[in-house]
Amino acid sequence: MYVLIAGGGKMGANVMRTLLRNGHEATVVEQDRDRFERLESEFEHQAMHGDGTELFVLEKAGIKRPPDLVLALTGDDEDNMVISQLAREKYSVPKVIARVNDPRNQPHFDLLGISPTVCATSSILGLVEHEVPEHDLVHLLELRKENLEIVEVQIDKGSPCAGKTVEKLSLPEGSRLISVMRDGNAEIAVGSTELRPGDQVLAILQPGKEDELRRILLKK
Amino acid sequence: MKLIVIGCGRVGSTIAKRFASEGWDVTAVDEKEAALSRLGENWTGGFIVGHGMDASVLRDAGIEEADAVVVSTDGDNTNLVIGQVAQKRFGIDCTVVRILDPARADFYRERGLRTICPTATAIDALTEAVRSCDIPQSRQEASV
Repeated sequence: MYVLIAGGGKMGANVMRTLLRNGHEATVVEQDRDRFERLESEFEHQAMHGDGTELFVLEKAGIKRPPDLVLALTGDDEDNMVISQLAREKYSVPKVIARVNDPRNQPHFDLLGISPTVCATSSILGLVEHEVPEHDLVHLLELRKENLEIVEVQIDKGSPCAGKTVEKLSLPEGSRLISVMRDGNAEIAVGSTELRPGDQVLAILQPGKEDELRRILLKK
Repeated sequence: MKLIVIGCGRVGSTIAKRFASEGWDVTAVDEKEAALSRLGENWTGGFIVGHGMDASVLRDAGIEEADAVVVSTDGDNTNLVIGQVAQKRFGIDCTVVRILDPARADFYRERGLRTICPTATAIDALTEAVRSCDIPQSRQEASV
């Protein structure tokens, strides 16, 4: 596989190192002179100095072949968005993965159809949320392409759904319960599954339906 | 008519003042508060301190009621993203974006974003200026 990496910071350099170790062909493009020199001493001709949002730099790095994969990993979200758009739309790169530095820019990536994206801050926040004991609804996974997400809901004593079967709940349209975890055992949720306090329920739903689901399951 | 100018430097501030003098309702947006001074002491239009990538800043500037948006910050890629947000998310058809790199300006123009490239304009103007010089015959021969 041939991979083109834009941005040779800690993330880019580590990905580069691993790809090469696994026998792939890769080029890393870095704009900063000092950083480039460090990359060059390690990766030699596989490191390139230049602005990865400039067309001639990308072309020199081999984007016209095109690569199987382009990784936009710079520390600047605008740069990552432009690199992703150029790679996909101008050079027909089959797959582009972009780094999101500031989670507030995620809607812009979505607007421009850039997917998949990876945001370290959002991942950490998701995990922190999961650790908080009184969490009620936690985002586990976002399926951007499908416009769906998987969440976990903790049922407690006061929950209006406790004691009811799944078929008796008027769940919001565009949502389904997947499974119920009780005493360490998970079961697929079916119509006759009864929800009890202490259950951890996985649900799949369209983004934006969380509040409705929360109201029906937890009344909050 | 309402105009939002994002990036209130030399270019943005002059455009803002020009449209304001023609009676437009103009709001300028810049990251730095000091940019307000570029609009002059008699500025009566709006001015918002904030980054144009921030949708809430754009809303505060009134982008939802805007008839036109000019994007002229000092970063090409920032301008490309803000321009597309104005066009696609807020539906402002008259979104005009300043891009210094001719290659990126061309690519995004083909995709339907109205990009203006001062570099390309300068190249054309300078080329034309050289061509229109009256170069003495003897000098021309000497250089051949």
